[in-house]
Amino acid sequence: MTTANDLAARAETTAREGADAFAAAGSLDELADAERRFLGKSSALNEIREAIKSVDGSERAVVGKAVSGARADLEAAYSARREILDGEAAALSATRDRLDLTLGPREYQRGHMHPVTRIGRELEDVFVGLGYKVAEGPEVETDWYNFESLNFPPGHPARAMQDTLYVRLGERESVMLRTHTSPVQVRTMESQPPPIYVVAPGRAFRRDTLDARHSPVFHQIEGLAVDEGITLSDLLGTIEAFIHALFGSDIKARFLPSFFPFTEPSVEFAMSCVFCRGEGCAVCSRTGWVELGGAGMVDPNVFEAVGIDPEKYTGFAFGFGIDRVVQLLYGVDHIKNLWDGDVRFSRQF
Amino acid sequence: MRAPLSWIREFTPLEGIGVEAIADALNQLGLEVEGIDEPGRDVNGVVAARILDVVPHPDADRIRLADVDFGDGHVRVVCGAPNIEAGMVVPFARVGAVLPGDFKIERRTIRGVVSEGMLCSARELGLGDDHDGILSLPDNAPLGTDVREILGLDDAVFDLSITPNRPDAMGIVGVARELAAHFGSPFSVDEREPAPLFDEVAGARVIVEAPDRCPRFVALAARVVMGESPAWLQRRLVLAGMRPISNVVDVTNYVMLERCRPLHAYDLAKLPGRGIVVRLAADGEKMTTLDGVERTLSSADLLICDGERRPQGIAGIMGGAEAEVSDTTTEILLESAYFEPSGIALTSKRLGLRSEASARFERGVDPNNAGTGADRAMELLVEVAGAVPAAGAIDVYPEPIERKRITIRTERVNALLGTSLSRDEIAAYLTPLDITLDGPVDELGATVPTFRPDLEREIDLIEEVARRVGLDSIARTVPSSAAKIGGLSSRQRDRRAVGDVLVGAGYDEVYTLPLLAPADLTNVGLETDGLIEVENPLRAEESILRPALLPGLLRSVAYNVAHGAPDVALFESGTVFGLPRPGESLPAERHSVAFARAHHARRAPHEPDRDVDVYDATAALDALAQELRITDIRLDAVAVPGFHPTRAARVVVDGRAVGAIGEVAATVVDALSLAGPVVACEIDVDALLESARTDRMSSPVSRFPASTVDLAFVVDDRIPAAALQKTLAAAGGELVENVALFDVFRSDALGPGKVSLAFSLRFRAVDRTLTDDEVSALRKKCIDAVVAAHGAELRS
Repeated sequence: MTTANDLAARAETTAREGADAFAAAGSLDELADAERRFLGKSSALNEIREAIKSVDGSERAVVGKAVSGARADLEAAYSARREILDGEAAALSATRDRLDLTLGPREYQRGHMHPVTRIGRELEDVFVGLGYKVAEGPEVETDWYNFESLNFPPGHPARAMQDTLYVRLGERESVMLRTHTSPVQVRTMESQPPPIYVVAPGRAFRRDTLDARHSPVFHQIEGLAVDEGITLSDLLGTIEAFIHALFGSDIKARFLPSFFPFTEPSVEFAMSCVFCRGEGCAVCSRTGWVELGGAGMVDPNVFEAVGIDPEKYTGFAFGFGIDRVVQLLYGVDHIKNLWDGDVRFSRQF
Repeated sequence: MRAPLSWIREFTPLEGIGVEAIADALNQLGLEVEGIDEPGRDVNGVVAARILDVVPHPDADRIRLADVDFGDGHVRVVCGAPNIEAGMVVPFARVGAVLPGDFKIERRTIRGVVSEGMLCSARELGLGDDHDGILSLPDNAPLGTDVREILGLDDAVFDLSITPNRPDAMGIVGVARELAAHFGSPFSVDEREPAPLFDEVAGARVIVEAPDRCPRFVALAARVVMGESPAWLQRRLVLAGMRPISNVVDVTNYVMLERCRPLHAYDLAKLPGRGIVVRLAADGEKMTTLDGVERTLSSADLLICDGERRPQGIAGIMGGAEAEVSDTTTEILLESAYFEPSGIALTSKRLGLRSEASARFERGVDPNNAGTGADRAMELLVEVAGAVPAAGAIDVYPEPIERKRITIRTERVNALLGTSLSRDEIAAYLTPLDITLDGPVDELGATVPTFRPDLEREIDLIEEVARRVGLDSIARTVPSSAAKIGGLSSRQRDRRAVGDVLVGAGYDEVYTLPLLAPADLTNVGLETDGLIEVENPLRAEESILRPALLPGLLRSVAYNVAHGAPDVALFESGTVFGLPRPGESLPAERHSVAFARAHHARRAPHEPDRDVDVYDATAALDALAQELRITDIRLDAVAVPGFHPTRAARVVVDGRAVGAIGEVAATVVDALSLAGPVVACEIDVDALLESARTDRMSSPVSRFPASTVDLAFVVDDRIPAAALQKTLAAAGGELVENVALFDVFRSDALGPGKVSLAFSLRFRAVDRTLTDDEVSALRKKCIDAVVAAHGAELRS
């Protein structure tokens, strides 16, 4: 007959032995083994609990208390060791799974918009903000749209200002790569009655060889406003507004009289140099001014060519080179860069 | 047009007005200043000195010692020039002087002798290339005077860019008139008509057979002594950019530059028949111009012929060699004519022959200064060529050209310019331009000078008012119409989206020249028929307009390979050109987009790169289709020129072929020296955007659980996976949410030419949870559909 005291003493012994075994476990596996031995179904502690039945009822409480005390001790010892071993394992796997973040990054392919597209969109957006729509026209034009309707009669010396690339279609020299985006003015006025407020960005062509400073293809943006009461004042103010929008309100606009067959009065416009702020530098050839383009009031002859009454409506038109703006804003000194498709260039944008 | 300030000042004093102020004024007047030459600006401290004595250098043969008197004292300088001698007056650069090129003169010891300065050649003073000897100054030049004064180097020459509407400003007088008006400076020019008029002069006659092409012809004659022009005349011509030739020729050029009055002097002794006939050429007629080139003429060309009707010059453009004045000339006939401008322009353009004279005639010289200009020339010939004028002059001018009258309305001026000028203010602006005015209160009758052929209409005078007011004085406003509603069209927004998607997909945008050579097309396997050819290409490599973007784009890929960047993803968006559509005169222009990826797709730096493949290209195409909401897009596996025979497809949208996609053929990779593999695609964006697209309406999202069914089919491997996918989606109807291919498996066990394609189908209803029975029925329906449509077998 086992006594209650024996059983209680055995419970304490088991608790001590178990705590030692847990503390000695060198790995989570060994700890799991020890846990089965001391806390599992066939553990000594379970046997003691089973043996309670053989103890007198009055003494069972002593044994029960000893068993639950031992169990609590064992569980505490297990948890303590488990925490340590878990920590060790985590540290181990962290070391093993270490990644050098500087090895990356995995190549995320971001493409790059051509700078002329970027600036072209910016220009469109500025004019959309001023209330303009965007008009388009063909890159190959007839003599009528490229010259004659714009008041360039055959043999007119102003035609010599344009070095034209002709296309082998129809009569000789009747079809050409447009030398400016101005034909879009005429097409727009033919296709809709005033009021008209449009800009037309696009390509124009001249007989030139591609090199650092020239290209047979260049980009222009053309503007046209036709309405009642449009004045030269409005033209100057509109050009000044877009220069401010694109380059900043501290940049000045300058206008000088000029000549274009399809506008009168005609002006050419420049802005104070964005680099030297008008002091004079290499970009502006020490003049403090950067020439941008030409403009003027729509010539009555052009209105007559498209059937708009010049006594009722007045209008202005302007045009300038987008490539030039790109060169200025992005410091591109070599025109060829725009055409080579060199990714060392395009990936900068 | 180069305009020396000293010359301008002969017509208007511009007192107290500096070079900068004058340049600003010229710009504001529309006579653009492209540059200002101040030849004396870089010559400082050089004075006139007289050589008193020249002695040999004690230690050198080639150099000598000169004692010079520069007014304030005497010094000794060492000089290597052979032409110095006692008594000469020469430019002497004192110690401390600065010559062009920032060359500072210091005291130097040359072979043991101290030189207190330097004597200068023309080149050292920046006066041209002459470096043969020391420049000789006039004997009477006051010693110690700055040489800039003596040599006229204290001048400024404005290099003006004259617009084609302003022939008057191609003469010094015209420029002076503008400046005088601007500054309110007095203006005067001496003008006399030659008189009296005879039918012949010095026995020579003039017959004008084409008066519409030559409305006026003035001829004077004189006996002359040929020789060099005096220094002042030569210097003026050089400053104005012309080369002195002989006194007679120099005078004609001088008057052309001064008054925009081109003249021509003939050796009268070499004009057979002693006369002039102005006539149209015969087709194919030939003559040799004085540049030694034989020209073939047409019946649209106007000739100046001798009395025997043989050509002696192309009217208004260039004289002939035969009757050119030379050293032996003793008697000249001076031509001063007015030719109809567009005739000169057309002949000049057709012959590719331009001259200072033709540049002026084609813009329109003043018909009414033909006489006064000839008179001015004769006055100079008397002075510089010992001319003895023959009595009288010939003036063939059957229909004199009158000054035009134009009405200018005050209200119209202000309506166009946005100004509020009065009639009198307008009159005050126009009067100094030699425009005379009269008329009632609210409008003016203007009589405009014939030297301003650009003034024909009211608007032309309004422009003059704007120039005179000054553009800086005009207010800056913007149109205030409520009709201005800006924005892009949906087509324009979609085109932007195409670019955005490709940039997002990793492609760099490039521009390539739209001008190609036929070889660029054959290089990439394209046909060379139906091309638009350039009539006058500058280079054979740019002789056609591109019918597609890929030839240029692949060339850019090659460019990058050659520059050490083989792993590229590029795209271009732009116009391509085809033959005109029936009934059209212009080429068919389409908006196209092409993209290409080459060589390796890089992963992380420590992982191996992989070759790009066609699925890189289809991924970008898929992204485009999604962005543009195109659902009916399919890839038809057919052979496409320029592509791998079995790794390419036509892109078919809405039943219409819109482009091609695939791996670029090995032959093309070789031909362009590309680093393969290269995958590429070109799509007709216009066609893409014109095809059927889903609308922007959204669909409700189900809140009920989905049922997933996986099905694997064994099919012939020629059958596109997309076909099965489409069949499954159709069979599932609106309850199928997604059909995804998740495994492709080939094995001998499946049989030759067979492939297993495994799909995961997700079913879901918007309004309920699907029952097991419903899902089973859907599953069966899908299986049956694939089996029936593709001869597939369900793999269990």
